[in-house]
Amino acid sequence: MEFFRIKRTIPFMRYSLILNAISFISFGIAVFFLVTRGLSLSVDFTGGTVIEISYPQAANLEQIRGAIEQKGWGEFQVQNFGTSRDVLIRLPVEKGYTSGQQAERVMQTLKSQDANVELKRVEFVGPAVGEELAHDGALALLLVVVGIMIYLAFRFEWKFSVAAIVANLHDVVLVIGMFAIFRWEFSLPVLAAVLAVLGYSVNESVIIFDRVREHFKKFRKMTTVEVIDSAITATISRTIITHGSTLCMTLAMYFFGGPALHYFALALTIGIIFGIYSSVFVAAAIAMYLGVKREDLVKPVKKEEGQELVP
Amino acid sequence: MNRYPLWKYIVIVVALLIGAMYTLPNFFGESPAVQVSSGKPTVKVDAALMSRVEALLKDAKLETTGMFFDTTTLNSTIRARFRDTDVQLQAKDALQRALNPNADDPSYIVALNLISNTPAWLKSLHALPMYLGLDLRGGVHFLLQVDMRAAVDKRLETFTSDIRTLLREKNIRHSGISKSATEIEIKFRDAETRARAEDLIRGQVRELTLREEGTGADLLLFATLSPAAQKEIQESALKQNITTLHNRVNELGVAEPVIQQQGADRIVVQLPGVQDVARAKSLLGRTATLEIRMVDQEAMASGGAGALTVPERKSDGTVTPVVLKRDVVVTGNQLNNASATIDSQTQRPAVSVRLDEAGGRAMRAITRDNIGKLMAIVLYERGKGEAISVARIQGEFGNQFQITGNFSVQETTDLALLIRSGSLAAPMEIIEERTIGPSLGRENIERGFRSTLYGFAAIAAFMILYYRVFGLISVVSLSVNVMLLVALLSLLQATLTLPGIAAIALTLGMAIDANVLINERVREELRNGRTAQQAITEGYEKAFATILDSNVTTLIAGVALLTFGSGPVRGFAVVHVLGILTSIFSAVFVSRAIVNLVYGYRKKLQTLSIGQIWRPDTAAVPAK
Repeated sequence: MEFFRIKRTIPFMRYSLILNAISFISFGIAVFFLVTRGLSLSVDFTGGTVIEISYPQAANLEQIRGAIEQKGWGEFQVQNFGTSRDVLIRLPVEKGYTSGQQAERVMQTLKSQDANVELKRVEFVGPAVGEELAHDGALALLLVVVGIMIYLAFRFEWKFSVAAIVANLHDVVLVIGMFAIFRWEFSLPVLAAVLAVLGYSVNESVIIFDRVREHFKKFRKMTTVEVIDSAITATISRTIITHGSTLCMTLAMYFFGGPALHYFALALTIGIIFGIYSSVFVAAAIAMYLGVKREDLVKPVKKEEGQELVP
Repeated sequence: MNRYPLWKYIVIVVALLIGAMYTLPNFFGESPAVQVSSGKPTVKVDAALMSRVEALLKDAKLETTGMFFDTTTLNSTIRARFRDTDVQLQAKDALQRALNPNADDPSYIVALNLISNTPAWLKSLHALPMYLGLDLRGGVHFLLQVDMRAAVDKRLETFTSDIRTLLREKNIRHSGISKSATEIEIKFRDAETRARAEDLIRGQVRELTLREEGTGADLLLFATLSPAAQKEIQESALKQNITTLHNRVNELGVAEPVIQQQGADRIVVQLPGVQDVARAKSLLGRTATLEIRMVDQEAMASGGAGALTVPERKSDGTVTPVVLKRDVVVTGNQLNNASATIDSQTQRPAVSVRLDEAGGRAMRAITRDNIGKLMAIVLYERGKGEAISVARIQGEFGNQFQITGNFSVQETTDLALLIRSGSLAAPMEIIEERTIGPSLGRENIERGFRSTLYGFAAIAAFMILYYRVFGLISVVSLSVNVMLLVALLSLLQATLTLPGIAAIALTLGMAIDANVLINERVREELRNGRTAQQAITEGYEKAFATILDSNVTTLIAGVALLTFGSGPVRGFAVVHVLGILTSIFSAVFVSRAIVNLVYGYRKKLQTLSIGQIWRPDTAAVPAK
């Protein structure tokens, strides 16, 4: 069985301009929504209280809302979580209440309505902690970007390093943009997923660049565009199979992992799909626009690379 | 020929054996157990208690499957393991009755618990099951912020009153002492007095840095805490708060509480299995208090009842009642510090106690009038008092005095800690709280396990169909990867959380990448007309550089997550980083070793079972 019966080198770079235009526009849309609508941040970042409760029968959301409304704590959310019996309540930080006192008050009221309600989870995050987490998250993102750029500049060439980072930040922005557009909850695990995606899709670009370097050495007469096309063609089967496998995992998490892993798995899934696209069409194209040449990669001084010149 | 030297096989086999050994404890599950720990600061859990518990269980005809004496934590515990929950509950009742004759005032905490069934020989090798996070086992997590400014402020206040007393004792006239948030300001009328005061303070209070200011008749002396002293205050405040929390958490009978410093001024408290958050919180916030009272010797001599009677636990273990007078000489919040020391006159262990100014004044007045009489130090916890020391007043003393008695060095350290642990050094605020119910924990384990299993099954099926024998080898090496990862997590006792399980799943998805890279390369080499053996060699070699590059970039992201992540992110990052390391090993070395064993020793190898190799120029041909 072989899925990819590729006869000729596929001219990926021929479509690069139009695809990059699409990327650029979608990038713009993502940024637009991020700026205008913003992310719906979870309590991890905003501070506040989350209460997860469970009823033996389908929960009456209206009744719960009514009970919390009476407290007059400002904006709150009550929604089903996973099943109709599980309910998630989000409360803002309220002055004068420390820690989980709000949760206790809510539980008292709800218990008086229906004694069978079971408290499954309470999360309280103070406002200062939230800010700190957001700050740390941004710092982690920065560190990842800088670290990867240095490594790639060292292993390959600055043009590749810039191309890989631009391509993969593009993925990250698109993933976060999706969270902004659809108002999905952006929590700490989602941030972890986004950073993992960044590392993961850079890895994808690296594999293609590796081939580009190899083909530069191997096929001395090809133009840069031809080399890039041939490198992507040579790796496309691996790209699809690997990502298919990883997607198997993230989709298994999405469908079977329960509500706690829902957005985490979603961010990974979307991130991986964008990762394939960007490393095939965006990263290599940017390296091309930056004017990558054979001389950039094939240094006159070669050591253990000699054997790879054998046709 | 593709053969590994013998040592490589040995290394791999040894790694696999060690991996298997440390993975093993995860399969044994847990058994019901009863845990006995100290219910009072003055009650010790030791080997004698262990034999007592053993005898009690024997008398009750309750069979244990193992007894454990755990001294690794700050508070030692005795745990007895039982066959089923029936026996466990009976044992708990029996021990509760025998160890705590007075149910209202328990000396020991007898709690239900679960302990791992890991056999002793594995335990002695530190092979333990993975440490499950709260989201998997249920429990409460608190993050407490210690108010360091208050700790420093409190100490500065003490110094202010110290200086006031010092100057008065030495008859140095000042025209006012005041304290701001960060410094003490003393006013003087002439430079000579100021110089004398400066010398005195410098000699007596070493923690302060002095600075002169002002001119004419308005001379000022500023005293600030030296950076070293400030650091020392903050560190000791944090340490004391942690100790106090430990003592309090102990009362809950939690199996494995985690109380740790996080950063410079935060404390994490994790109480697995605790569901009653309200009680846990009130306990964490509670203050035990210390009081000093005079003993009512007349009432004791006449056998009459005085104002208040508390038990005194003597060093030989006997308990005698002590009758106390109504008036409190010194209360707990007048107490500033206590430390173990050696009495300079008798060369015997003693506890040095320091009171604040008001306490010192009261102490001086009462000791002056009562030389030769008995004084008691009473510790109140849960509304019940206990005399931790009854001593004869030897002379007049002020804010600093020593409690001497029939103490060993260990006892003085404990007593000092006790007096300190009575109260928190600095107020704390809960800034993060997470409660996870036990049912949710179980669900999370199940969901995490299920999604990993299904994903793995799908990948395995595909790999075997697509790459045949090479696919099977990939799946085997992937399983090895999971085993090694679980072994590493068990060995390091890193906390496994739900995001951690997700990271295991994700690592598997990513680890397959290395296998796909190798298999695709081998196919490619075959397509280019290499012989089977050459294709294996070339395929693995060429793929290795790529695998390394791609894993390093992923590792960079993982390490960044580990550095800056907290909570769920950290749980994810730990597993992610370890997973990358194990996946390089299993994909590159383990799978190669298997390929070598399967194919490497065949001289006339014609074909590789790696699925169909399709070539553009001819129709499909079997792999050469």
